Amino acid sequence: MEYQNLFTQVQVVAPPHHGVSIDPYDERERFGEPKLYHLLGRLGNAQLGPIYLGRLGIASLFFGIIAFQIIGWNMLASVNWNPIQFVRQLFWLSLDPPLPKHGLSLFMPLNEGGWWMMAGFFLTVSILLWWGRMYRRAIALGMGTHIAWGFLAAIWLYLVLGFIRPIMMGSWSEAVPFGIFSHLDWTAAFSLRYGNLFYNPFHMLSIVFLYGSALLFAMHGATILAVSRFGGEREIEQIVDRGTASERAALFWRWTMGFNATMESIHRWAWWFAVLTPLVGGIGILLTGTVVDNWYLWAVKHHVAPSYPYVFGTPLPDPATSGFVPPAAPTYIGVKP
Amino acid sequence: MKQLRTFLILPALMLSVLVLSGCERPPIEAVQHGYRGTAMDLIYNPRILAGQAANNAVPASNGPAPAEGPKAGAVYQNVKVLNNLSVGQFTSFMVAMTSWVAPEQGCAYCHNVNNFADDSLYTKGVARNMILMTQRVNTQWQDHVAQTGVTCYTCHRGNNIPQNVWFKDPVQKVGNGMLGNKNGQNTPVDSSGYASLPKNTFASYLLNNEKIRVNGETALPTGNKSSINATESTYGLMMHFSRSLGVNCTYCHNTRAIASWEESPPQKTKAWYAIRMAQDINNNYMVPITGLFPPHRLGPTGDVAKANCGTCHQGAYKPLYGVSMLSDYPFLTGPAKATQKPKDSPPPAKSVAMK
Repeated sequence: MEYQNLFTQVQVVAPPHHGVSIDPYDERERFGEPKLYHLLGRLGNAQLGPIYLGRLGIASLFFGIIAFQIIGWNMLASVNWNPIQFVRQLFWLSLDPPLPKHGLSLFMPLNEGGWWMMAGFFLTVSILLWWGRMYRRAIALGMGTHIAWGFLAAIWLYLVLGFIRPIMMGSWSEAVPFGIFSHLDWTAAFSLRYGNLFYNPFHMLSIVFLYGSALLFAMHGATILAVSRFGGEREIEQIVDRGTASERAALFWRWTMGFNATMESIHRWAWWFAVLTPLVGGIGILLTGTVVDNWYLWAVKHHVAPSYPYVFGTPLPDPATSGFVPPAAPTYIGVKP
Repeated sequence: MKQLRTFLILPALMLSVLVLSGCERPPIEAVQHGYRGTAMDLIYNPRILAGQAANNAVPASNGPAPAEGPKAGAVYQNVKVLNNLSVGQFTSFMVAMTSWVAPEQGCAYCHNVNNFADDSLYTKGVARNMILMTQRVNTQWQDHVAQTGVTCYTCHRGNNIPQNVWFKDPVQKVGNGMLGNKNGQNTPVDSSGYASLPKNTFASYLLNNEKIRVNGETALPTGNKSSINATESTYGLMMHFSRSLGVNCTYCHNTRAIASWEESPPQKTKAWYAIRMAQDINNNYMVPITGLFPPHRLGPTGDVAKANCGTCHQGAYKPLYGVSMLSDYPFLTGPAKATQKPKDSPPPAKSVAMK
């Protein structure tokens, strides 16, 4: 039972330290004395701090807060500054992209998309600066830049949705609103408008990688937890000097599915699955409306969508083609007002 | 550790209650409505249906009155719409109408009780037009109401004003007009299924004839410029359909190809005629009699109460579950509409997306 755990069972307490030393110029940007918190230790590392923000981090937070404020104050104004309604309707509230009539114009009334343009600009600046921060911090620690490139895959999808595709479609109104339910409604409307996104092969691929990521993550997490009683969570040692934990984990998968990842390659799989999810998803979004207008008809044309028997008798034709004429305006019998 | 567990149990319970509070309590019944294995199912909750049954019961009737005998127009004064009815039919219909529309106020709701021929009450003028509208629906719109037809009770159900009518929303000035534009959406209301979708799309589609179809008819782009914005409006209208009829999308659509007529259940065609019928009712029967109503019966922008799907359907897939009340009131219907001479072209759409 001692090893059947979901939370950290044993916390080793030692004096907190600053980690590997970085160059003195960066060092002065770190602040706060490191402290240990037991509750944090249940989920991850008990040590909090020192915190490094640096110029990129501060600039990113600055622009991010501006975007957050624009969105938040617009939401609060939309319920007429009523804080109770703001909380009750929060999931419904939204800062919507410009109206279709403004096309790709850069300037429009604030209340018809101007705020969205500004929020989008500042949020994009903030995200790109944060990307730079991740890249720079990895270099500073002498690490590879895998995390930054993974993040960039997500940024690619974000830019396709809110910037690249709207430009290709010639209208900012194609972009996604800032709001909880409104962006979900946008997603559903997007699929409806373009004839069912599930027939988009890049959407299919993206789902494969998304579900695949979840499956791989679950398999890997379960495997390591299962061999933690043999020290399997100390992966780096297991890579260098394979011990019994790694051997058992590998043998387990070789037994159950005939093939196994290695301590290193499992992370390669996970990285590629995660990165390919937004990468191919972004390609699918980019093709929608620009190259393909109706994915269902596209799938029929290319023999992707199967045909099923019609079970309601004879299909009725489009009534708009039936020569329908609405009845003429009535004559009121002596009661014409 | 034990302490922490007990400490966390209460918030965890409260959180799960909060998360589940938006859900509908089972049971759920799925009725197949399409080819097997395609998830074409109608989803019902028998407990909720049972709660709606009373509202959809047909009221008691005394049966049809004899059509023979002297005509109402000859016996009573100032009979303008129903003058060809027999006196028996006329009086029994008046009694029925009272129980359908003004069960509490009685005759005095529409009539000056000292002189029934008097036209001084506005409700009488409205009632005449509404009888004409009912006859129009039953004769000209059999594409939608078939032989079942409608009576006053279909919409009124014992209320002076049908419970489900719509008015135009007033323009809400928030944030000095500088920020906080909701653009007619992002508000949880029943008509859009509690989504962030546009919530009052009736003026666009059930009064004006704006373009509902947003899907392209070809695989590759060939000039269909419908925006996501327009799609959300259509979506909002469709959520109103769904809420009003108590059905999910698959009642009318094969949802893998939502625009397709070849693959959709025949109910989609019924709904197509329903949209035109609602436009006819609103434009030809409601808007023209706006002036008859006193100000307190009008909406916040001074417009007349108008009909949408919910006005008749009231949550049921067919009003009164498809039971016809017309056999007792044959004068409310007539032969199907005479063949119309076809016009040259449909009226131009007002939507920008059409161009």
